[in-house]
Amino acid sequence: MEYFTQQLINGLTLGAIYGMIAIGYTMVYGIIGMINFAHGEIFMIGAFISIIAFLLLGTLGVTWVPLALLIVLLVAMVLTPIYGWALERVAYRPLRGSPRLAALITAIGMSIFLQNYVQLLQGARVKPLQPVISGGFEFMRTENFSVVLSYLQILIIVLTVILMAVFTLLINRTSMGRAQRACEQDLGMASLVGVNVDRTISFTFVVGATLASFAGLVFLLNYGVIDFYIGFLAGIKAFTAAVLGGIGSLPGAMLGGILIGLIEAFWSAYFTVEYKDVAAYSILVLVLIFRPTGLLGKPDIEKV
Amino acid sequence: MSAGTPLLGVEHLTMRFGGLLAIDDVSFEAADKKITAIIGPNGAGKTTVFNCLTGFYQPTIGRLTLHHPKGDFLLERIEGYRIAKDAGVARTFQNIRLFPRMTVLENLVLAQHNVLMRASRYTFAGLLGMKVYRDAEAKAVELARYWLDKVALTEQADWEAGNLPYGDQRRLEIARAMCIEPTILCLDEPAAGLNPRESAVLNELLLFIRDEHEIGLLLVEHDMSVVMGISDHIVVLDYGRKIADGTPDEVRRDPAVIRAYLGEEDDEELPPEVARDLDELR
Repeated sequence: MEYFTQQLINGLTLGAIYGMIAIGYTMVYGIIGMINFAHGEIFMIGAFISIIAFLLLGTLGVTWVPLALLIVLLVAMVLTPIYGWALERVAYRPLRGSPRLAALITAIGMSIFLQNYVQLLQGARVKPLQPVISGGFEFMRTENFSVVLSYLQILIIVLTVILMAVFTLLINRTSMGRAQRACEQDLGMASLVGVNVDRTISFTFVVGATLASFAGLVFLLNYGVIDFYIGFLAGIKAFTAAVLGGIGSLPGAMLGGILIGLIEAFWSAYFTVEYKDVAAYSILVLVLIFRPTGLLGKPDIEKV
Repeated sequence: MSAGTPLLGVEHLTMRFGGLLAIDDVSFEAADKKITAIIGPNGAGKTTVFNCLTGFYQPTIGRLTLHHPKGDFLLERIEGYRIAKDAGVARTFQNIRLFPRMTVLENLVLAQHNVLMRASRYTFAGLLGMKVYRDAEAKAVELARYWLDKVALTEQADWEAGNLPYGDQRRLEIARAMCIEPTILCLDEPAAGLNPRESAVLNELLLFIRDEHEIGLLLVEHDMSVVMGISDHIVVLDYGRKIADGTPDEVRRDPAVIRAYLGEEDDEELPPEVARDLDELR
């Protein structure tokens, strides 16, 4: 039971990261029907911007943790979306209306480009960051095991909930969010009621990148080491999460992320760590066989 | 805009798709505060004219000028969303295009996107729920409710638009087009699929829009009871060419029009719907 609770906490934390990245995939797919494979790299850039900001703050002598965290969070969430915006503007917008395959290959190309860009600028070695927040609550003590809920995990979960609330408000309550949902349903018609479709698509990339940068910061705090390649695996996992939850569905992306996080955590706890990815992907395969639209996805009904 | 200028001027419009000449040098004008109908047999190029007007197609040749109080707009030149936002051209579709997974009310509020974007100061005021945005949204809902009342859909305001019956969807599409507060309203076969009673209600709605909201209407239509009943001016197309242009009475008697609808030969083996249209014409 203690062991189970511990893995539940770990799985949720991991799931929050995947879910945050998955939203970026699912939003972009919803609006332009394209899988943005470079999204994992945006997450990685978010982590790099965070580590640079931490180290800069360290040299500047800002050592009070809450202030440092807040500044890093703001810096990451402002700078990373610039990459997301530029990615769409430079690589995807010129290809609007071209066959899907062209856009897909461009996305893979941009993914490789961004990996190499960071590798060139920052080097290939892993970058460590000493723990910023340590300690936590211990409970359910027995002789040889106790459950630890670290302060960091609490912070991650609280921040995720806040960010999701703001995001939900943005999509459901503001006119930009309404335009975003309209574009998902019918781009041409949205333009005919006066919605600037290009700007709405840019907005989608910016929002996706903001959430990914948060995931990058959380990843950095949680694992303490990053390198230029972390975006690849996290990106693929988050993509899996988006498909599992039903691609195009925003709550589905978050749910899928949490499920993938839990599956990984429990599988490595009770079976073998080596096969945790196999477990996650097997679940994906099963869902796709028995429910091809994903858990919360709606089937595409074509009216004739 | 002086008194003599038409609202919309279409000059030498030509649209070529590869080897197919869909529209061949068509010119006509649509007056402000009047209903102009474009009619013609199937494949005459009526919807293509609409697609050129609303930025879906780039015309091969031609000039489309909208004389707006704020100045003239060349519709074939400006970016797609500005045709609605700045020039104020609103449009409905033959095969209805609502946002099916939004509520009825939301469809109408969305049509006021640009007003709301200005009020929301590019989203920040909206996200923070500031007063300017809440006030603007309240006004948008008020306008939406006004149109819901006009098209008799107030009861269904919170339905998902995709779940409405067909006739209701048609009226909702017109209401949505009116919510962008257009200078000209383009309706692509608004009476298609409506029963006679619904189509009479539609006629009243269109006349109401013309008389009370004082905008120009441009209408593509097959249903002769609608066309003859409410149009002030009719343009007849056949195989992409304009064959007649005038008041309903003039068009009704025009031999070229009768020939286009009937063919050159005698009128024995007419399909029933053509025969009915013909009776209406006569």
